[in-house]
Amino acid sequence: MLVEEVMTREVVTLPPTATIENALKLLSKHRIRHIPIVDDNHHVIGIVSDRDVRDASPSIFENDPDPEEFKKEIQNIMSTPVITVHPLDFIEEVAAIFYENEIACVPVTKENKLVGIVTEKDVLYTLIQLTGVHVQSSQIEIKVKNKVGVLPAVTNIIAKHKINICSVLVYPDPEDDDYKILVFRIQTMNPLPVIQELKDEGYEVLWPNMPGITK
Amino acid sequence: MAKYAGDYKMNCTSAFVYSEQFTNYRFHDEHPFNQKRVVLTYELLKESGALNNNQVLPPRLATDDEIKLVHDGAYIEAVKKAGEGKLSESKAAEYGLGTEDTPVFKNMHEASAWMVGGSLQAVDAVLEGKVQHALNLGGGLHHGFKRKASGFCIYNDGAIAIEYIRQKYGFRVLYVDTDAHHGDGVQWAFYDDPNVCTLSIHETGRYLFPGTGNVNERGQKEGYGYSFNIPIDAFTEDESFIEVYKTALTEVMEYFKPDVIVTQNGVDAHYFDPLTHLYGTMNLYECIPKLAHELAHTYCDGRWIALGGGGYDIWRVVPRAWSQLWKIMTTNTPFSGPLPERWLKKWKDEAPVPLPETWEDIEPLYKAIPRKMEITEKNKQNLDKAMQWIRNQKNTPYS
Repeated sequence: MLVEEVMTREVVTLPPTATIENALKLLSKHRIRHIPIVDDNHHVIGIVSDRDVRDASPSIFENDPDPEEFKKEIQNIMSTPVITVHPLDFIEEVAAIFYENEIACVPVTKENKLVGIVTEKDVLYTLIQLTGVHVQSSQIEIKVKNKVGVLPAVTNIIAKHKINICSVLVYPDPEDDDYKILVFRIQTMNPLPVIQELKDEGYEVLWPNMPGITK
Repeated sequence: MAKYAGDYKMNCTSAFVYSEQFTNYRFHDEHPFNQKRVVLTYELLKESGALNNNQVLPPRLATDDEIKLVHDGAYIEAVKKAGEGKLSESKAAEYGLGTEDTPVFKNMHEASAWMVGGSLQAVDAVLEGKVQHALNLGGGLHHGFKRKASGFCIYNDGAIAIEYIRQKYGFRVLYVDTDAHHGDGVQWAFYDDPNVCTLSIHETGRYLFPGTGNVNERGQKEGYGYSFNIPIDAFTEDESFIEVYKTALTEVMEYFKPDVIVTQNGVDAHYFDPLTHLYGTMNLYECIPKLAHELAHTYCDGRWIALGGGGYDIWRVVPRAWSQLWKIMTTNTPFSGPLPERWLKKWKDEAPVPLPETWEDIEPLYKAIPRKMEITEKNKQNLDKAMQWIRNQKNTPYS
């Protein structure tokens, strides 16, 4: 999946000369945690997070109704340079950027102009879509030899039963390098005939897979 | 509750909606959904002397307008055409018809409309005051969607019955679903409606169809706080299921104070059930109707409509479990001891498995579950999360 399919296009931004007070109000109004700072050409020159703004705000124990700090310009506290991504980047790359840089948001730029934003929430949402749990389905897990041609052999059996596959995930068996676990979400309430046939064909089917218990 | 104690311990007037026509809802011989279980239950009750002809209420054919309370006109037309063999495969697929779960069969519209009409008969019998409770074991098809068949369900009779109650009687309805599968069709139909509260207790969707029914599904817009879901783990046993059920139903009842309860009494959480991984026994199916019955008297002047639902061990589980439902509905005490000789004799040859000889399950029914404590703990956690919304409101001094 590409960034352009996932990103939010309506981005809330501020100019570098906006005040910290502007930023605070905007964060709370839109219930967001990041604001890209853009110049007149819509180039991203910085980014502020809700924590940056809070760090720059007076303590809640001060009772000043109109604190000096709020009037300071946002460019004093913005983070720079900004890590950005391109609309054609893969969402997996964005996940890796979040993980490696310990950040939770990247602006998306095209020809140096801001065109969108991706946050960790978007990445998690995409992950949920990939696992297929949003479609009515049953989940089965199949332990298979790690070799060429296993996946089509298994999907053929499912297709023979006229059952649609909502999602497929493949992960290595944590206990044995020679095996992989295939996780299918299939659109049926009665997976028994498929499970039986898979077992007859010699596959190990885990339905459900709870370590320590087998039915 | 004490106020009504005298009433419900005696015989309650109840209607049993039944016709052999229910068996016309039949996909094919190998399909796990088999309405023969309703016939088996009916005969078991007859042989036990707990059902007389005056209590039997025939279903009726629901009209298209009634089905349209929940479903799209185009979908109804598609079901009709499919039942006449006139719907193309690609068109059928669009409506979830012709799949392994809901294959096309002859006159499928009529067969489904009879079951919907059965649930509407049950509603009218109770809400016109003819009886206190009514049971339609042919109904409870909770996976049917607005324009899509799924999970063995074509029309969602429960959702139609609830909308019918809303429009005809204006009552606030609590829907309680103890089928092992999430009651998704009914939940989504009323997800933004604050006058219909849904409570579903089901095996987690981690493996089991339909996959939804998470604790955080609480409704939306005005309906927020009127959907409750408690997913329980695979291998959950009676005690934990009952703890979750009793706490949740008692708290939701007190919070929502419905005018009428509609229960979906799927019985597929039993250990023998081939389609799920829960480890319930017959105790569960004595406990579930008992509390629903008592609370219906406490909060709803007795108004209680019970529907069938899932249940795929049609020989060893469903007839006994559903008979107990009726027995408790009418007398508040379950059957115990041996099953009627004549019933066993009549069916033992046709049954592919040995029939149980007593109302209770033989103990122990299965080998002890190694991770019972953890499973119980996790279920309790989900229960607390689901009830948090109610408990928070109770503890808020201003509101």
